[in-house]
Amino acid sequence: MGDTFPHGRVSVAGAATFGVGEMPGHSTIEMAGKAVQLALADAAIGLSEVDGLFIALPDDLFAGLSLAQYLGLHPRFTDNNRAGGASFMSHLVTACMMLDAGYLDCAVIAYGANQRSSGGKLSTPARPDRWDAPYNPMYPLSFYALAAARHMHQYGTTREELASVAVAARLWANTNPEAFAKGPLSVEDVIASRLISSPIRARDCCLVTDGAAAMVLTRTDRAKDGPQPLVPILGAAAATWYNSVTQADDITVTAASESGPRAMAMAGLTPGQIDTVQLYDAFTINTILFLEDLGFCAKGEGGKFVASGAISPGGSLPVNTNGGGLSCCHPGMYGMFAMVEAVRQMRGTAANQIAGAKTALAHGNGGTLSAQATVIFGNAETV
Amino acid sequence: MSGPGAEWDAALAEGRFLLQRPVGGGSTVFPPRAFAPGTGAALEWFEASGHGTVYSATWIQRKPPEPPYNVVLIDLAEGARMMGRVEGVTPETLHIGMAVKARIIAGEAPIIVFDPVEQAHG
Repeated sequence: MGDTFPHGRVSVAGAATFGVGEMPGHSTIEMAGKAVQLALADAAIGLSEVDGLFIALPDDLFAGLSLAQYLGLHPRFTDNNRAGGASFMSHLVTACMMLDAGYLDCAVIAYGANQRSSGGKLSTPARPDRWDAPYNPMYPLSFYALAAARHMHQYGTTREELASVAVAARLWANTNPEAFAKGPLSVEDVIASRLISSPIRARDCCLVTDGAAAMVLTRTDRAKDGPQPLVPILGAAAATWYNSVTQADDITVTAASESGPRAMAMAGLTPGQIDTVQLYDAFTINTILFLEDLGFCAKGEGGKFVASGAISPGGSLPVNTNGGGLSCCHPGMYGMFAMVEAVRQMRGTAANQIAGAKTALAHGNGGTLSAQATVIFGNAETV
Repeated sequence: MSGPGAEWDAALAEGRFLLQRPVGGGSTVFPPRAFAPGTGAALEWFEASGHGTVYSATWIQRKPPEPPYNVVLIDLAEGARMMGRVEGVTPETLHIGMAVKARIIAGEAPIIVFDPVEQAHG
């Protein structure tokens, strides 16, 4: 047994973002609360019908409790799972199982952060562990730099290939009204940007923005009667291999190589049947690692794959069609925004809509390439 | 009785770099555990040779005139991996695959650093 998933029996009834980019004067819970209100309105579901709350906030260890208080609810269950940016995909796994089992009837997953307005720097309570800390790595940046350096050594991945990930993200962002970073960006611009922790430069790093997002999940039989196009959840899997990537057997292989195949098996799909991919691009190396680990190209060939233009507008595999964390938004933890963009693609309402897309994969990354979670969404034709 | 982390600290303070292995054999364990990860087997301490190889490396930039400093991952000869720093190298001379040897810098917070090993003499 294991990995029994209620394929298609739970759906996204509502989804919304709020304050993407800059939204000064709001606390994190106010941001998240507003996104919940908008997502419920999107689903035409009343606040009092929500009986499960799933949330992680950057500044509140008891975020589920705070959200219950803020919304004025007495939920049957709250989940404060903190697997970093993969938290929200992990929340979705739990919510799907609880909804299908009938423990919950209406689950909300939410996130909100004011990282840009509250200082403009990534704010996280996370720190290197006591074995890594004496050497003063930048957290989390240097850990990703170590993965990038090894990937370049092991497979010959080039500086230009890394830069092409940021360029592709910017091209998508340029035609997304919600995206924060717009304008021309070339491979040369990325390579000329400030070196931070080699080989990672400033333009290899995700943005620091404000932003909130929420999704409302119900059983599919109910979502079918809702006002929005049906977005069933076909599979979802979380995988955790360690906390510090220092302890990886091979730092170029992440737990996405486990979460991806498991989620795709639940969905009954292969990578070739996924129409669009939304993944957590905290740094340019992430996109390369995850495309390899999720099976969209062979291990070690991610650099060539992204540099070929495959993931850019017009390419064979549309990746991060909103501009991703690199150019759309990155309010500290990006997982929710990858999922909302996947939902928009399935509804046919994305700013950069992929014509005919029937399946979308959203992938979250938490810690230092430590926790990975993959969700596969479909549309009404897939169930 | 202390936990394994504190035992490791105490040994380091005495100038000893300890690792663990399962009693009767198996993969080297670091950071210290109360039992072998994955199997739960009993562990015993042994002294590391200090020999290792640079598995990956990054140079963290600082505001000039402060020079960048490196953070590396070291594959220890016994099989475990740890974070570290290589001393006496530059971005031009530090490279993945470089042979290194551990050295303990004593003090209030003793720390293990690594020095390049001259391959010709190693």
